[in-house]
Amino acid sequence: MMNLEGLEMIAVLVVVVVFVKVLEQFGLLESGYDDSIEDELELSAVRHRPEALEQLEAQTRFSRKELQILYRGFKNECPSGVVNEDTFKEIYAQFFPQGDASTYAHFLFNAFDTDHNGSVSFEDFVMGLSILLRGSVQEKLNWAFNLYDINKDGYITKEEMLDIIKSIYDMMGKCTYPILKEETPRQHVEIFFQKMDKNRDGVVTIDEFIDCCQNDENIMRSMQLFENVI
Amino acid sequence: MAAGVAAWLPFARAAAIGWMPVANLPMPVAPSNKNKRQDELIILNVSGRRFQTWRNTLDRYPDTLLGSSEKEFFFNEETREYFFDRDPDVFRSILNFYRTGKLHYPRYECISAYDEELAFFGIIPEIISDCCYEEYKDRKRENTERLMDDLEDNKDSKLPNMTFRETMWRAFENPHTSTMALVFYYVTGFFIALSVITNVVETVPCGYMPNQRDVPCGERYTEAFFCMDTACVMIFTVEYLMRLFAAPSRYRFMRSVMSIIDVVAILPYYIGLVMTNNEDVSGAFVTLRVFRVFRIFKFSRHSQGLRILGYTLKSCASELGFLLFSLTMAIIIFATVMFYAEKGSSSSKFTSIPASFWYTIVTMTTLGYGDMVPKTIAGKIFGSICSLSGVLVIALPVPVIVSNFSRIYHQNQRADKRKAQKVQKARLARMRISKSGSSTAFLHSKRNGLNQSLELTLPYYKMKLSPQGSLEEDQQLKKTTSLLESQHHHLLHCLEKTTNHEFVDERLYEQGYLQTALQNFPSQSPSLSSEEGITGTCCSRRPKKNIQPLNATHTHSHTHNLQELSALHIQCGEQQPLNTSRSSLNLMSDESGSLNCKSSGLVTTAIISIPTPPSNNSRASPDAPSPPNPEAPPLLNPSSTDVVKISAL
Repeated sequence: MMNLEGLEMIAVLVVVVVFVKVLEQFGLLESGYDDSIEDELELSAVRHRPEALEQLEAQTRFSRKELQILYRGFKNECPSGVVNEDTFKEIYAQFFPQGDASTYAHFLFNAFDTDHNGSVSFEDFVMGLSILLRGSVQEKLNWAFNLYDINKDGYITKEEMLDIIKSIYDMMGKCTYPILKEETPRQHVEIFFQKMDKNRDGVVTIDEFIDCCQNDENIMRSMQLFENVI
Repeated sequence: MAAGVAAWLPFARAAAIGWMPVANLPMPVAPSNKNKRQDELIILNVSGRRFQTWRNTLDRYPDTLLGSSEKEFFFNEETREYFFDRDPDVFRSILNFYRTGKLHYPRYECISAYDEELAFFGIIPEIISDCCYEEYKDRKRENTERLMDDLEDNKDSKLPNMTFRETMWRAFENPHTSTMALVFYYVTGFFIALSVITNVVETVPCGYMPNQRDVPCGERYTEAFFCMDTACVMIFTVEYLMRLFAAPSRYRFMRSVMSIIDVVAILPYYIGLVMTNNEDVSGAFVTLRVFRVFRIFKFSRHSQGLRILGYTLKSCASELGFLLFSLTMAIIIFATVMFYAEKGSSSSKFTSIPASFWYTIVTMTTLGYGDMVPKTIAGKIFGSICSLSGVLVIALPVPVIVSNFSRIYHQNQRADKRKAQKVQKARLARMRISKSGSSTAFLHSKRNGLNQSLELTLPYYKMKLSPQGSLEEDQQLKKTTSLLESQHHHLLHCLEKTTNHEFVDERLYEQGYLQTALQNFPSQSPSLSSEEGITGTCCSRRPKKNIQPLNATHTHSHTHNLQELSALHIQCGEQQPLNTSRSSLNLMSDESGSLNCKSSGLVTTAIISIPTPPSNNSRASPDAPSPPNPEAPPLLNPSSTDVVKISAL
């Protein structure tokens, strides 16, 4: 007289569930999707080896010794040979302990990552540095324009400039003197556009930019500032 | 800055070109690499084993022995290498610290040897990386405990000139000090045992009364037992009073656990004495006798293990609490289930949920008396699950308690957890300090005018400097900061110029914040600088000569609330101190410069920044600092409540 009442049903159910779990434990019953396999195939990281020293020497304006020094530093921080954006941000943030350098680092990363594949290899790194440190003023200004032009459409709009300037101010952090106000970046953008935007069309083109910078003594002088960094 | 990241400094500086077109102000001049050496390998000979590394690697940590000029003391001219007569094995991990930025503690190494090596090479142990830090701290703790134990053993030698009271207290606490103490110790122990046995035997039935009923011995030999009890209680009372007399702090003694146990042990007797006449409360009187069993706890003075057990239970309170809580939960769940499962069956013992508690407890602790047994199938299934889970729930916290007990037993009573928390807090505080060190380093160097902030628009004072002068400055500077630091500071300085704002530390920021909130003219404070007409900075730039004592004074002054003292040392030499056209600040320093030159050759100028009440204007400001200046700067009494905000240099 198997008169199973409600509670007994539940009891039997519990027993069945436990049984199934035990079988699963012993691997006799496969259930659920196996994401375990994917975990095994841990994408053993992208390992990148740079081009030979001679090639880099030819492509950039660094000497052999300088390239060696650069590579040693690079490899020390990124043993896998490429920098992804997070590591880049981390490294850059170390230099600005008081503020938040992540936004500017993001823009910098995009400027260095010329082939836009999400990582900066040693070649990208060294090419960028070659322009910045050993390039002509024209090239440097070009690079700066590329940095400011976030969507790489050849025009710097006010919004793009505002983003860039805000990120620079972010690096200062909170404890500044005088106190950082909300409208300071915007004012800065206005000053910039007044200087650069000659035809008042609301955007700055590469020619306007280069023209204007070449006429400004301060900027020209500061461009020469980092000649002897390496 | 972290070690490897120092290699990226050139990149960060190059990337600063991105700020240039945006900046409205001219940039400061970069620190020059005049003395730049080509990166070279240096050889470190440690007791015969040669290590080689780049010079730059060692320069990453300039405040250690290897990173500073201190290693020049160990330079061997003939072999052109640095020789250290230290342990080469430990040196391996020290050198790896320079290479990777992480300091590891090798487990096989003796903790005190390792500590000594770290101290020799000027590395603080707090920067041991997280993977090895726990181990290091544990070993360190064990070591200090061992040392303290040794110390305590030596303390037992008798100190001369102790008062009678103190001798007595020492005799009580430590029975091995004298024969009398030992005798006392054993006598009291004997009487405790006697008293406990008496209590036990009292209840044993012995002998028959004529009416065929077993009578406990206590009722048969009432007088004998009463005499025994009285004797024991008298001894205990005397002992308690003697301890009370000898205790150095009577109040603390009375509050201690042992004395409470003593009191509870002897009180029932006295209460019994008082209450024999009153028959109504004889029930309560009987209850009181139960407390006599507390006498057995007096043994804990005699037994170390008992004390430690008690301490363990106290310190494992959280684990015990967890055990209790989980047990309660399980009991309630299973009791409920069993009750409803057995509800159907007739003549079931599970009459209510609380009645099922008893079954659950007996089953979970695997006792299984068998007085309550489920009869339905569901009841049996759930009953078996109950007993299986009972084993687990009880087994889990027990190892924790056991390990605690053994640890404490071996280490003899310490407040470990509390101490660990304190140490952890201290460690985090030190790490935070070292992390903020880089930003504060910049602010320090700013105040000291370390930044060679000769702007690109040559102010006329620069013209006055002869080339030799600047070379001298550079050399002096190189002595005090590493090239890396100065480059990093230059980078931060460029950022300041780009945004036309300055880095300040928290305190100044709060002051400034208050000021702008209170004052109507936010630009009032920096008006000093705007008057001067030199680009927006309000600092007087001076070549920094002697920075080392400076930082010390500076950090001390941080403790003054809302007062900041920046001392500049100006070396009086043939070289004229900078004569700028700026505010009276400079005039003051010139004055004081000539004032004290004859004495020591070093002049301290104080630039004071005091918080300002809103009512003042900065017109009065140049006057305020002048009076204190020729005097010793640290003794500073602002004569007026006028406040000068002279911002950080």
